[in-house]
Amino acid sequence: MSMPFYVPPEQMTKDRADFARKGIARGRPMVVIEYNDGVLLIGENPGGSLHKTSEIYDRIAFAGVGRFNEFEMLRVAGIRYADLKGYSYERADVTARGLANAYAQTLGQIFTHEMKPYEIEVMIAEIGTSTGDTEIYRIQFDGTLRDAAGFAVMGGMEDELTERLASTLDGVPDLGGAVRAATSTIEGIMETSIPPEDWEAAVLDRLLSKRRKFRRLESDEIGQLRSS
Amino acid sequence: MWRGDHLPIDTVSAGASFLSLLESRGMAPEWVTPGTGRIEVPEATTVLAIRYVDGVIMAGDRRATAGNVIAHRRVRKVYPADEFSAVAISGTAGMAIELTKLFQTELEHYEKIEGTRLSLEGKANYLARMVRGNLPLAFQGLVVVPLFCGYDEFSGVGRLYTFDVVGGRYEEQDYAATGSGGGEAKSFIKGVYEDDLGEERAIEIAVEALVAAAEEDAATGGPDPRRGIYPNVVRINEGGIGEMDDDRLAGVAARVMGGRP
Repeated sequence: MSMPFYVPPEQMTKDRADFARKGIARGRPMVVIEYNDGVLLIGENPGGSLHKTSEIYDRIAFAGVGRFNEFEMLRVAGIRYADLKGYSYERADVTARGLANAYAQTLGQIFTHEMKPYEIEVMIAEIGTSTGDTEIYRIQFDGTLRDAAGFAVMGGMEDELTERLASTLDGVPDLGGAVRAATSTIEGIMETSIPPEDWEAAVLDRLLSKRRKFRRLESDEIGQLRSS
Repeated sequence: MWRGDHLPIDTVSAGASFLSLLESRGMAPEWVTPGTGRIEVPEATTVLAIRYVDGVIMAGDRRATAGNVIAHRRVRKVYPADEFSAVAISGTAGMAIELTKLFQTELEHYEKIEGTRLSLEGKANYLARMVRGNLPLAFQGLVVVPLFCGYDEFSGVGRLYTFDVVGGRYEEQDYAATGSGGGEAKSFIKGVYEDDLGEERAIEIAVEALVAAAEEDAATGGPDPRRGIYPNVVRINEGGIGEMDDDRLAGVAARVMGGRP
């Protein structure tokens, strides 16, 4: 019978983290930006039938990068979490912070206990009643939970994109400004031009009179916003 | 009930159904009765739906009764089910309201997980299944009979459905009504209904049918201007669902009641 080699925990954690990071860095980036009437979630997604962004609850949206089947599982679990909680208590009791914590716990468990860590990163955004109330949470493959102010980037070329977006964005933009900043920064770094139909974009829009504030931006609207 | 912050990631069998998710976690609502005897609980009465040229109008009175007591004067019996459909309840009020909440959550849950809405037919079939699940209690007098209507996004018309206690689902052509004053409301509508009704006229007919039902049925409450109580009326068409506000309904009620002897 062969004896398993001893692997020190530092080494094991580092190996797993490197593996997950490599997987995530291969994917296309996703940007979440707060604008004056809500939050924009946008990224390149040619094809577009497999969504990277999703509605979770009335004022909460989801974005994921990395392996589709892995973040899809988290997306569905997030919707279940939110609907169960809202049904048991009241709609107002479903918060992004609670969901982000649940995601962090789950991803942390998977990182240490499963054969292979998830090669994904997800973001949760929630809008409040006015500009400045917006909450953006990032949850990494190992369960690290961080909140972001104003905007956040995940996926490939994260550091360069973050740096450039920080210098492009001046205060809280309007929706057109947010779309232009995100698309031109991503195009600049990828050094290509991306047509409107290859973007996937969704917003949590405070101006919607419905209870559910999530809506997708169609390619026509993205084109118009870019050229406005 | 809700059990803390555990993320339901392992519940693969639930698919896109919220009710299955509740069942898998032992959270589905249940009413267990001792099997004999009857209890007196509030009952919701007259609700109706009428097809008009752009879609469908649904309306309900506001009274709930327990025996010969008026239990509530401002009960809501007409609920938006989602952006393009509505459900109205008659029968045991408490159970019907819970059933409606579950149905609303089910439709939203499906839409978010699948990324597309159920077809109108699919929604009606699902509601029939929920009504059927309630059959054992119907034998003890705890009956829930909803009315369902909506705008069919595929064929571009309004459609309406009635149900019976065993989960039978029947599509109706132009109008439908249920509850204790339902018969009276239906015979009123029969007399005045015509094809391609305009929105204003359809709302008028709906309100007047409730007035007619309230005149004959003690369990149905008519418009009550003194207390400011008016029927709930929703309109569903290509643009989605919209609720009529009390000011508009007060005007309609004054018109139709003024014309009655």
